[in-house]
Amino acid sequence: MNPTTAQPLFTTSDWDFALIHRIHDAIEPIARAELGLDTYPNQIEIISAEQMLDAYASTGMPLFYKHWSFGKQFVANEALYRKGLRGLAYELVINSNPCISYLMQENSATMQALVIAHAAFGHNHFFKNNYAFRQWTDAEGILDYMDFAKRYIAECEERHGHEAVERLLDCAHALMHQGVHRHPRVRKRNLAAEAAREAERAAWRERIYDDLWRSLPAGPKAAPVPADERRQALGLPQENILYFLEKTAPRLQPWQREVLRIVRLIAQYFYPQRQTKVMNEGCATWCHYRIMTRLHEQHLITDGAFLEFLQSHTNVVSQPGYDAPHFAGFNPYAVGFGIMQDIARICDDPTEEDRAWFPDFAGTGNAPAVLRDAWANYRDESFIAQFLSPRLIREWRLFHVLDRQAQPELEVAAIHDERGYRAIRRALAREYDLARQEPDIQIVDVDLAGDRALVLHHLVADGILLDQEDARLVMQSLADLWGYEVQLHERDPATGRNLKSHVLKARH
Amino acid sequence: MHVIDRRLNPGGRSLVNRQRFLRRARASVQQAVRESLRDRSIKDIDKEGQIAIPRGGIGEPTLRRAGRGGDRERVLPGNREYLAGDRIRRPPAGSGGGGSQAGEGEAEDSFRFVLSREEFLELFLDDLELPDLAKRKLTGVQAAALHRVGFTTAGSPANLSLSRTMQKALSRRLALRRPSRAELERMEAEIAALEPVARSDGERRRLADLVEQRARLGRRLARIAYIDPVDLRYRHFTPVPRPIAQAVMFCLMDVSGSMTEHMKDLAKRFFALLHLFLTRCYEQVEVVFIHHTDRAAEVDENTFFHSTVSGGTLVSSAHEEMLKVVAARYSPEDWNIYVAQASDGDNLVRDNPEVVGLLTRAILPISQYYAYIEVGAEEAPIPGAADTASDLWAAYEEVARGCGHFAMRKVHHRREIYPVLHELFRKRGAVEAAAAG
Repeated sequence: MNPTTAQPLFTTSDWDFALIHRIHDAIEPIARAELGLDTYPNQIEIISAEQMLDAYASTGMPLFYKHWSFGKQFVANEALYRKGLRGLAYELVINSNPCISYLMQENSATMQALVIAHAAFGHNHFFKNNYAFRQWTDAEGILDYMDFAKRYIAECEERHGHEAVERLLDCAHALMHQGVHRHPRVRKRNLAAEAAREAERAAWRERIYDDLWRSLPAGPKAAPVPADERRQALGLPQENILYFLEKTAPRLQPWQREVLRIVRLIAQYFYPQRQTKVMNEGCATWCHYRIMTRLHEQHLITDGAFLEFLQSHTNVVSQPGYDAPHFAGFNPYAVGFGIMQDIARICDDPTEEDRAWFPDFAGTGNAPAVLRDAWANYRDESFIAQFLSPRLIREWRLFHVLDRQAQPELEVAAIHDERGYRAIRRALAREYDLARQEPDIQIVDVDLAGDRALVLHHLVADGILLDQEDARLVMQSLADLWGYEVQLHERDPATGRNLKSHVLKARH
Repeated sequence: MHVIDRRLNPGGRSLVNRQRFLRRARASVQQAVRESLRDRSIKDIDKEGQIAIPRGGIGEPTLRRAGRGGDRERVLPGNREYLAGDRIRRPPAGSGGGGSQAGEGEAEDSFRFVLSREEFLELFLDDLELPDLAKRKLTGVQAAALHRVGFTTAGSPANLSLSRTMQKALSRRLALRRPSRAELERMEAEIAALEPVARSDGERRRLADLVEQRARLGRRLARIAYIDPVDLRYRHFTPVPRPIAQAVMFCLMDVSGSMTEHMKDLAKRFFALLHLFLTRCYEQVEVVFIHHTDRAAEVDENTFFHSTVSGGTLVSSAHEEMLKVVAARYSPEDWNIYVAQASDGDNLVRDNPEVVGLLTRAILPISQYYAYIEVGAEEAPIPGAADTASDLWAAYEEVARGCGHFAMRKVHHRREIYPVLHELFRKRGAVEAAAAG
């Protein structure tokens, strides 16, 4: 087909299902041949605004167990939406195989094209290829597992009462961020097998049940075990608190362990998304920008539609300055898209400076390949540390501010000049390092010989302690789950000095 | 690639979560509803509305680093004036880096969301209950509903219960030992096998025996029907009377010159709220407006609230008018009668005995509830100063002493309306407990 004589895919803003198919089929060759994207099969679902609100409330998943906190999110989003303070996202996309993208029915035809390019190709490629997702998530099994989780928790509610389950979920949610393995272990998890495993375990318990066991006399007390052996046996120190509770908490029922496991596995599933917010959105935004531009070049979309697209795209990637009234930190879309556009520029049209900073790929002329490599092998922190160019630092006029507790004033440590580039790049990368942004909390010991107190340490970085009130509430939850006293000591890692302690007893 | 249309899927997936959230935050939501009522016009009571509750009770704590203290660093975009080494004054309430987070401060304190109309009313009326719903009227046609009540042996073909009929037929066939088709076939086969080879006497006799048996079975089969009229069962329906509760609410108000706009406004709110309560308890609530000066008349709502008639004040005239209306249209056997009266307390002194007499003899015995509010000027009486009771108030106090379903209150400001109703319609049990104690 001669591109100059091609008919536009659509000329009005109305769309129908046939058009969605045509748009998808027009985008696919661009995505595959020109950008080299490698995606899961697509499943596109059309939903209404109300359903979008529903999906928002359950962190975007089509199935989720029931909990009041999702209701809270729902009413908050609904209030904002109804007052017109917040528009809804044009799409939601789920890291599953097939990759499900939700499209809003209110979108115009142009927006549907944008959203298909963005979600069904951009995000989809990222989910399938990024190392963090490959390592930690199981796109095949997630929907089955969510279904299992939903049914299992509903069953628990029936058996053990709403209140008990709600209390347990509250506790588990409070510890959710401390429920992920940050470093890969050997085993690859298969979420679909988890459901089968639990069913088998329940059946086994029922089969071997014998009331006689209750009547056995208690054996003689075991001899005390030395501390380091004890720690080793318990797998301490351990930073995954939920995992530790699931495996070792002495007073939990089997169903409670399973619920903790569900919350932990879901947290683990979402962990890569939190690590790659900038890259994920950047990848999707860069892809939709490229694809829409190519569609326009091939005359498959009209000038009017292209302008509509540009307007929406510009809104998405706008980055207000620090003193603008609506500044709310960095916009991940802007940062991701900006760096990726810059990489493409360096590939195609590098300056001397770029050649010095990025000798590996400056001037190679193959931007999609360089980007594909970046998408596959980096997360936000390493991506920024590797690819943020001096030119972008100047363009965004970045500066680095230090706030030292001991000093009365803030200090500008670096600005966008020759001496500041590396410092700024390092500092910005650190801001996206989850392991640095989240407190470093570990379970270090259990007083097995004494009162079974669980001992945790918070290794205080930069002298920033935990939020006191929240820490107290979370430790209370932890104590309730553990069943005995819990001690959290906030320590200065340099001197080993104890800065603060939270000690809480279980409430029952 | 698949495209799936999910728009027709049932919505409201978050409904359960939403209800759980409301249950969780019940106490603070209820408090917020009560407060928001103060600012709401009574006409809008049954509309959805936004409320704000404190975040405290519904927080989701996590282990996070504190917002202040320690050494922090931040990279910010949009530098215009700073050079490396510059010092910036610490922003007063800033959490470090100097980012503008002003927009968040207020939103953090309270959590805002929209309650639907049903949720709002439910919470609003939650701890209120109407005093007496004993009188319910069972009326004719429209009140009868058909209900399934088992099976009958006679009925129309449309109501034939096939499963029950077949079940009956089966048990009858078993009981009467109707031969089965298989049994007959087996016998036929045996005869067919025996017939060509039967030579000896014994065999012939056996054959004859079999033939006779088969004939007997055949006769039996013909006589005992597969389905017999006695097996037929029909679904049976019977009309069950459905209680229909209906109520009439009489609004009595003094419209003489001494009633200011403010007082009428108070009265209106009181009536509106009362009406709202009644509509929730009765399927049908009629309202009769009677205004009076020294003469009373039944009027429409607009006239009732907006016209001023000059004249003296005779409360008993309103009572007489009301009794007339009751006699004409609302027989006490069929209707629950509620009376709400608003007045500024003026009455001709000589009329008071008449009023008391009418109330105790005629009105109170036929009504479910009689609520009187005395509306006062906007400025509440000075605390401590003796609140001079009006003549009517004194007369009614006498009535109230001996009567459980007569209530009276004084109201000065619209924010007092709700507590008054709350008190008037406190749960029955509480009232009785208080009376006993």
